[in-house]
Amino acid sequence: MKLDKDSIWTALNKESGGIKVKISKVAKAGTLESNDILVMVMPNDNDTVELELESIVMQQFGDVIRKVVLEKVKEMGIESITIKAQDKGALDYTISARVETAIKRALA
Amino acid sequence: MPGNNPGMLQNAGILGADSIILDLEDAVSLTEKDSARVLVREAIKNVDYSNVEVIVRINPLDTEFGAEDINVIARVKPDTILVPKADEAQIKQVDEMLNKIEAEEGIEAGAIKLIALIETAYGLETIYDVIRVSKRVVGVLLGGEDLTSDLGVKRTKEGEEIFYARNRVVAACKAMKIDAIDTPFTDTNDYEGLAKDAAKAKSLGMTGKSAINPRQIDTIHSVYAPTEAEIKHALRVLDAMEEAKREGKGVFSLDGKMVDAPIINRATTTVELAKILGLIR
Repeated sequence: MKLDKDSIWTALNKESGGIKVKISKVAKAGTLESNDILVMVMPNDNDTVELELESIVMQQFGDVIRKVVLEKVKEMGIESITIKAQDKGALDYTISARVETAIKRALA
Repeated sequence: MPGNNPGMLQNAGILGADSIILDLEDAVSLTEKDSARVLVREAIKNVDYSNVEVIVRINPLDTEFGAEDINVIARVKPDTILVPKADEAQIKQVDEMLNKIEAEEGIEAGAIKLIALIETAYGLETIYDVIRVSKRVVGVLLGGEDLTSDLGVKRTKEGEEIFYARNRVVAACKAMKIDAIDTPFTDTNDYEGLAKDAAKAKSLGMTGKSAINPRQIDTIHSVYAPTEAEIKHALRVLDAMEEAKREGKGVFSLDGKMVDAPIINRATTTVELAKILGLIR
């Protein structure tokens, strides 16, 4: 396996049962086109995960979207982060992918 | 399909194409390469593309993105990887990377196939080596736009400037018994031009054609689909062959003409294609 930055922290997370990772800057991923979601992540000092979510399907799927975002954040070992997300009807895997990219960019 | 467009990725399987190309290269801007890579990986893991062949076009290995594209995408086992600006060295390198990843991920060795995108004069002139260097190579896709740019000639609708390239690709692919896939027709509003272009490529021996817009799929299928008369004749050839086998005849004739191996091969291909297109069961 190629030992780049991504694979090192993924491996560390898996094997150690979670080495905690801190993001250091603001980053975003995704778009405001239909079926997509724009995710912006920011560092915070509260040791909390804060999520501010807007969605065109908030009433029907707000809880699911929230769950998908938070699961990805946890999977990536992040405990201190502020996330602002504007959803335009993205499927779960798209939400997950955009959160992952935003966090990776914030770590780079 | 642009690899960074969730809407297109999720609908790609229902457009009627035999294969779809999820693109990480030219359809993705330099600043979104990381984002598209993750999105395409998740799409392959989560979207049911059913029987449609999933092909991912990676970035060339001489860019900073190519190797990471393979490292991320191969692990979710796409059917095929499309290697742009293919030459022998690059296909060999991709093949070796895939050997390693398949072993690490417990994927059957050699399961991930390759299509070589021939779009440089060098790739075209060394096409036989490009195909032969890896058993994974199941097809060649001719990239007419980049090739004519490399040749320093103008790309036209008539396509005389790629006449040689088409012939060269077809001959090499037929020699190695792999698919020869024609370059796309880029005017998405000219269906008559598309039909002509597809028919020309088919007459030279291309086994398929790429589309750059879903609206082109029906026209391409209608050109490549065998006619009813061709299907009937092919079925009769195969029936006659079965009968000859039962009777222990080595050579046989149909309608007064001797049927030999090339005719049987063509009939078999026609029937297979008709089955794929749902024209016969």
